[in-house]
Amino acid sequence: MPETAPAAGWYRRLLLALLLAPALLWLLGLIILPHLDLALLSFRERVAPRTYVASLAQYRSFFSEPLYWHVFVRTALLAALATALTLLLAFPIAWIIAKLARGRMSALLLLVCLIPFWVSETVRTLGWMILLRESGVLPALLVRLGLTAQPVELLYHDATILVGLVYTSLLFMVVPLVGSLESLDNSLIEAAYDLGAKGGAILRTIVIPHAAPGITAGCIVVFMLTLGNYLTPTLLGGKNSFWFTEQIYTQFITRFNWEQGAALGFLLLALSTAMVRLGLALSGQRFSDVMRRA
Amino acid sequence: MSTTPNRAPAAAPDLEVRAVAKRFAAHLAVDDVTFSVARGSFFSILGPSGCGKTTLLRMIAGFIQPDRGDIAIGGRSMAQVPPNRRPVNMVFQHLALFPMMSVAENVAFGLARRGVGRAERLRRAEAMLARVGLTGAGGKRTEELSGGQRQRVAIARSMVLEPTLLLLDEPLGALDLKLREHMKIELKQLQSAFGTTFVYITHDQSEALVLSDHVGVMNHGRFEQLGTPQELYYSPATAFVAGFVGASNRLTGKVLAAAGEFIELRTRGGWSLRARRHGSIAVGADAEAFIRPEAATLGRTAAELPPGHSVHTGEVVSLLFDGANSAVLLRELAGQTELRIALPQTGAFADLTPGARIFFSFDPERAICFAAAGAHA
Repeated sequence: MPETAPAAGWYRRLLLALLLAPALLWLLGLIILPHLDLALLSFRERVAPRTYVASLAQYRSFFSEPLYWHVFVRTALLAALATALTLLLAFPIAWIIAKLARGRMSALLLLVCLIPFWVSETVRTLGWMILLRESGVLPALLVRLGLTAQPVELLYHDATILVGLVYTSLLFMVVPLVGSLESLDNSLIEAAYDLGAKGGAILRTIVIPHAAPGITAGCIVVFMLTLGNYLTPTLLGGKNSFWFTEQIYTQFITRFNWEQGAALGFLLLALSTAMVRLGLALSGQRFSDVMRRA
Repeated sequence: MSTTPNRAPAAAPDLEVRAVAKRFAAHLAVDDVTFSVARGSFFSILGPSGCGKTTLLRMIAGFIQPDRGDIAIGGRSMAQVPPNRRPVNMVFQHLALFPMMSVAENVAFGLARRGVGRAERLRRAEAMLARVGLTGAGGKRTEELSGGQRQRVAIARSMVLEPTLLLLDEPLGALDLKLREHMKIELKQLQSAFGTTFVYITHDQSEALVLSDHVGVMNHGRFEQLGTPQELYYSPATAFVAGFVGASNRLTGKVLAAAGEFIELRTRGGWSLRARRHGSIAVGADAEAFIRPEAATLGRTAAELPPGHSVHTGEVVSLLFDGANSAVLLRELAGQTELRIALPQTGAFADLTPGARIFFSFDPERAICFAAAGAHA
């Protein structure tokens, strides 16, 4: 019946719109509109009380004030280091879960990786503080073992920040790695071994090329999470953590300089996106492939 | 029957397996297997799934260590030698080509591991691809190739390393029937062209018969019989081999009488037939006889049948037309036993209809009878 066909098409479109409505409203109201507002904020400058003019001054100050971009470079380097450490630590774990453990054991191991996430990030980080502070568990243990004469302060070092970040990120690296290693056919490893390859060559020529999308996906997620993390660097690094998100927080909350804070927020978004693109280009991966296969 | 391997029949065997055994928990996968494979020959291990043939092959490749016994390749014991150091390469069941590499890189993989320079290994890979009829395919991705081409890449990848022994783990299993028939012939030709010793495992008796110089028939972790395809087919050593290798009619019953080489068997339904006995079978014992479909002759009248053999009567149940493998399924009238008998190539019996009465006879020499399992030993 030709008359009903357009009606059916109209009905289908309405249904689709209704189904998508909650997600679209969420996207519009809580993500797009605030970002537009912040973007407008970032492109103006206060010249007198309650008087604003359009200006690029906020963006200019990022490059002219060494503190801002020094902190950004430091944050990016530490985040990249944390990502690399997470990958090194997560790879053997993922290998055990995907290839060595069988059936229920591998599900159990994945659950063990998940358990820390049953506790909120604040509580987890405070747990680290209890362990690492000068009067805490680990310094006391070092004294008891005779390794240090006095309790040492283990908090507020860059290494402490890295420990906290790696701990928080591990699961987000393990999950995509397990996925990509599970899909690796064991007979490929055996074939490589049979053709004369040793462990290192098998890892380099077979395992890593196969797992590359999973590795890349995990690295992107961990890098973005780490770069944008506020709580862990601030609590474990203390006043001297110099994390970029802390600068944004300071502009908004301490200085009431929303214009500068908004500009720094957009710079973080732009620069981290650029770094991810660079990483993808260097590893020869495509973003759509990575998201599809991971 | 003496069949000689292609070349150098007197040379030392390339593979010697001596009293090898392997147990997995309570399951004895390979139980005291001994055999040797002459240089340049095609040896098959034939058996149903779960018979231990894959375990045996993986022990030869080095992926599994035997509990007992020794494996020597090219005269050298392989105990404590890991798979990447053995002069053996394997063609895997699903070929296991590396999807992250081009065809040429797949073939050059083993050479790269041996430290052969890039230009040299690509030259040798191309030369090997040319030998298996894949000239110019080196730049392709493995998934661009057809099933048969992929198989040739898998063989080329192993053969470029010039192994003493090539192991093949049911490589034809994943192919469709038409391609399998084609690859069977191709595999045979490749083997004789390379002159390398092939050890092939399969559950498909036709592959084993067509391809091999020698076949070991394996069941429950043991070799039931080791011989040429002709020996397995015409003089099976055990009831298992008679039933597993080639098509056969299996008849069970009791021995009525024995006279020299021959016995008189009476089936449960009451049909009496004469068969050649294999080993000693007591009168009154349970026994099973095997008659190949082509061992029996059909006739519309008893007079048409060759003289000297007892004549049996049957009723056609159905005609199984399959070109050169056509057969008739009939019910023998004395004992209501169903038998499959091959139709002659002349098409003389193509007009048989279900229910038709027909006569048949067979040479008792070609009906082999074994004591039923459990009746002796």
